[in-house]
Amino acid sequence: MPQARHVTARDGDVLLMIGTMKGAFLLRSDRGRKRWDIGGPYFPGQSIYALAYDGRADRRRLWAGTQSEHWGASLSSSDDFGRTWKEPDSVPIRFPDGSNDSLKRIWQILPGRETEPDTIYCGVEPAALFRSVDSGKSWQLARALYDHPHRKLWQPGGGGLCLHTIVLDPENLKRMWIAISTGGVYRTDDDGASWRPRNVGVSAEFLPDKYPEFGQCVHKVVSHPTKPDRLFLQNHWGLFRSDDGADSWKAIEKGVPTTFGFAMAMHPHDPSTVYNLPIEADMFRATPEGKLRVYRTTNSGGSWQPLTSGLPQKNAYECVLRDSMAVDRLKPAGVYFGTRSGKVFGSSNEGRRWSMVIDGLPPVTCVKVAQISGAAAKPKRKAAKKAARRPVRKRR
Amino acid sequence: MAVVFYIPSYLRNFTEGRGRVPVDARAATVGEALAELWTLYPGVRDRVVDERGKLRQHINVFVGDTNIRDARGFETVLVQGVEISIIPAVSGG
Repeated sequence: MPQARHVTARDGDVLLMIGTMKGAFLLRSDRGRKRWDIGGPYFPGQSIYALAYDGRADRRRLWAGTQSEHWGASLSSSDDFGRTWKEPDSVPIRFPDGSNDSLKRIWQILPGRETEPDTIYCGVEPAALFRSVDSGKSWQLARALYDHPHRKLWQPGGGGLCLHTIVLDPENLKRMWIAISTGGVYRTDDDGASWRPRNVGVSAEFLPDKYPEFGQCVHKVVSHPTKPDRLFLQNHWGLFRSDDGADSWKAIEKGVPTTFGFAMAMHPHDPSTVYNLPIEADMFRATPEGKLRVYRTTNSGGSWQPLTSGLPQKNAYECVLRDSMAVDRLKPAGVYFGTRSGKVFGSSNEGRRWSMVIDGLPPVTCVKVAQISGAAAKPKRKAAKKAARRPVRKRR
Repeated sequence: MAVVFYIPSYLRNFTEGRGRVPVDARAATVGEALAELWTLYPGVRDRVVDERGKLRQHINVFVGDTNIRDARGFETVLVQGVEISIIPAVSGG
């Protein structure tokens, strides 16, 4: 097996986490995001469809959903930027006794809200949601969703029957959305006690009823934390927006060469700006016209414009999967995406100009990005020193 | 019945590096011997079987030269001193 290289990340650095069909890679850069150190491969030979960074509560923890064709799927974590990984003896995410299901793949790992620093969510295949409230030590199946009467009618898409998207309402702690291929969007308003399909206006081209209550093959949903009831949706054919928390959706397709695609990413600072990457068709999953183009709307989907500077515009028949696009939180924001041909592109100026970050990787299955923050730790140390200098007052 | 498990390299992450693990127990079948193995090394279990207890698709278990899929599965009967090999199948890309 290959010997992994490691990156050393410092406060303020940007960490690009790349999952591939044959392992994970960590790329580190300073805030300039021009040069990248490369770490990995981690979990060589395994598919990594989910990666996450948890910087809450002074952590610097990486999470990886691993999948071996031989040894199955599991969940690993690292507190030292990949130098060592903890993989529990017993796979921590498991379907309960009495179920006929077994974990096939982890599709999404999402640290919970800032106000719930020990909560983490995982979306898995077969489609189910798991939650941990103790920083990943133990996991509970979201039972009401698992027992939903629609469940037996959900069908696997090309990637399998997966729960691949989790969107949290940052303020309403009882509300969240999930998306399933193929099941559609579901929302809970009671912290998971019940779930309702929320797909009015979203099409299902592959069914006789083109607008069913559920069963859509939703590929990705994003929203901005300052406008949680406005959601954007990349469908298996179709781009949609909701302004009412997913109660209804309307098409937003002006300017794109095709409405098929997988990836979609929300601008970190502007709730009207969204990125996507159109793919020609489900029967030809490649960028249209051999041109690799990111499309961006800056008016909430009123229109989309191509971003092409620095991207190949000839003989580029690429495909970018649903979790292979990410946006950092710097100003200007960085945008990144990875292709099934093993290329990762990045822009440090919100998509105006792109450059190749790395080429020659195995097929890219996910791209995530985080800025390493030691801000929480530093003041604590200062505070501790200050406290140490302070004379101790005895209680009377 | 004493038997010896052959442990492939990946699973040695969960057996303290050991490639051969004798199980000196009363196991009469492969299933019983495996249960003894994952009492000793719990991390082996979830890599060999899924949470339903089903042998993973691309893992083979041999008793001597016999693939248990071609015999009686986990009910395959053991003989004294036999080697049980856990071997990843040819797969991947």
